[in-house]
Amino acid sequence: MTEPLLQVEDLRVAFPDRGRELHAVDGVSYCVYAGQTLAVVGESGSGKTVSSRAVMGLLPPAAVITGSARFQGIQLIGLTDDQLRAHRGADVAMVFQDPSRSLNPTMRIGSQIAEAVRAHQRVAKSQAGQRAVELLRLVRMPLPERRCTEYPHQLSGGMRQRVMIAIALACRPKLLIADEATTALDVTTQAQIMELLLELQAELGMALMLISHDLGLAASYADEVIVMYAGRIVEQAPATRLFSQVRMPYTQALLEAIPRLERPAHSPLPVVGGRPPDLSALPAGCSFAPRCRHAAADCRASEPPLAEHEPGHRWACWHPVGRGGSRGMGRPGQEGSAA
Amino acid sequence: MTEALLSVRDLVHEFRTNTGVVHAVSGVSFDVRPGETLGIVGETGSGKSTLARSVLQAPRPTSGEVTFRGTDLTTLRGARLLAARRHLQMVFQDPFGSLDPKWAVRDLVEEPLIAYKTGSKNERRERVDEVLELVGLDPASHGRRRPRELSGGQAQRVAIARAIALNPALIICDEAVSSLDVLIQAQVLNLFERLRAELGLSYLFIAHDLALVKQVSDRVAVMYLGRLCEAGPGDSVYTEPLHPYTRALLDSVPSTDNPTKRAPATISGEPPSPVDPPSGCRFRTRCPRAQEVCAAEQPPMRELAAGHTVACHFPLASQSAARTTARSDKKIGETP
Repeated sequence: MTEPLLQVEDLRVAFPDRGRELHAVDGVSYCVYAGQTLAVVGESGSGKTVSSRAVMGLLPPAAVITGSARFQGIQLIGLTDDQLRAHRGADVAMVFQDPSRSLNPTMRIGSQIAEAVRAHQRVAKSQAGQRAVELLRLVRMPLPERRCTEYPHQLSGGMRQRVMIAIALACRPKLLIADEATTALDVTTQAQIMELLLELQAELGMALMLISHDLGLAASYADEVIVMYAGRIVEQAPATRLFSQVRMPYTQALLEAIPRLERPAHSPLPVVGGRPPDLSALPAGCSFAPRCRHAAADCRASEPPLAEHEPGHRWACWHPVGRGGSRGMGRPGQEGSAA
Repeated sequence: MTEALLSVRDLVHEFRTNTGVVHAVSGVSFDVRPGETLGIVGETGSGKSTLARSVLQAPRPTSGEVTFRGTDLTTLRGARLLAARRHLQMVFQDPFGSLDPKWAVRDLVEEPLIAYKTGSKNERRERVDEVLELVGLDPASHGRRRPRELSGGQAQRVAIARAIALNPALIICDEAVSSLDVLIQAQVLNLFERLRAELGLSYLFIAHDLALVKQVSDRVAVMYLGRLCEAGPGDSVYTEPLHPYTRALLDSVPSTDNPTKRAPATISGEPPSPVDPPSGCRFRTRCPRAQEVCAAEQPPMRELAAGHTVACHFPLASQSAARTTARSDKKIGETP
């Protein structure tokens, strides 16, 4: 197997919170390979965003980060902000959910892209301006010269996100992290931006990490999918495998709870009661056990390790679903529990 | 067929701004029948939220009729409008934005009862207990909490309790579950369905998520740039869309059922500005089927299959449409 581009091992992030410790990320290990699209999915508070920001050094100073994150062999955890700056943008770049908050409203689009170019490369102003036009062309922006002279408010949400992608690509990163980058966009615009990201990935040979709450997005665009719950990875498999042979009951619950086009109208959605656990007082054993309909005594006694139980398929569960002859997951709706 | 509960005709809503007149809603007609859920799907800027507020007369539409339980709300003022609106409630996207942070849950739910001078203090207290239980909250433990002590799902339940406290006939949901996590969203969607069955409610369910709208709706209307382009029974709109825009929307939805399916970007570009909408069909600038006539004439709504209407000069072929030979210019939901 080729060397991973990014190798994260036993990453932990804790935030002090009124005398307690909030364990936002609790022992996460994964690899990202060049040219790969890896999706990290989970609900609010699952740790999907915090884990990626920890790698980028983008967390507030109060965050206590331990573990390892090596980018092409170089340890990123523990580096100072100045040292990290050399990697940010050039090696790893990020695109966030809300482009209007990332862009300076008082600066022309062209200058903002040029600024990003000059932050990492010694080039003349005029050359950086030229590069801005090229980058806008790269992200398939119509009329790139004209857009350079415009301000963010003159652009639509989809176009602003294209600008953010252009800025992220300014230094040809090897890994692009898209954190809910299409969540605020309409479906038709989302489809355009996702197509663009995949095209650029192929053109530039980048690795792409999609952080999203949307399982459909992960299913449609990722090669590999990681599912997180309460700060831990609970399941990981190639996209085509995960959605047809789901093992972890939490992943199954998520899949069943999503309204989907194929489901008949008014069919009750199978739901899971309760809420995700308090991250400052995680239960012993499996964090999902209190809400899991398959949970038994062993689930509450000890934490199931994340292990590769089937080729390429990791899960952390003592009682995985869908094994033992039956095909794939149970039909949604058959085991509906009370609301 | 039963009389419509809500009947909207030629609704127009325009705003004056520095850059010109925003044509947010431009001649929308539809009916909601008793006990029915009508879903309205639209993207950002389609005018769907303006439409919702326009129906409530907050603010009033520029023109058109909004007949609710036999009375045209646009003709009512003051106390009479307030009285008519009692049976027409709304649930918004952000529950925290619509709940006063300083109030306890009980007081928030009692507020509409006081505003409409309903019952004695004791009767109101009983009603608050009743509706809190209906939405799955415990009056004793949740009743005393402030909004910030609630999760997003619980806060949305409080907003729903407020909406049903006065026994409304129709609830307008504007992206009412869009900000909730998947597992909580499923709980709230099931709650909407349960309340509909138990209280005989009707919904006007507005959202951008096509699958979400399908889940709860009997009929679905698709909105683009201030106009409805297609409407009909959920099953036929989703499986046999007649409008190219509906097709494009459906093709853009990423799905877990078919992981290898890469949503092809079937339409390019972005919606034009509602300040300067295209002539004729408003979708023509992005439509792969557009011809000259699409710029010249606004396509009328016509019924091509049973209860399934479309506003398009070149609708997509559908099996049921091919069977229907008679073409009539009908308004959506108008009974034959």
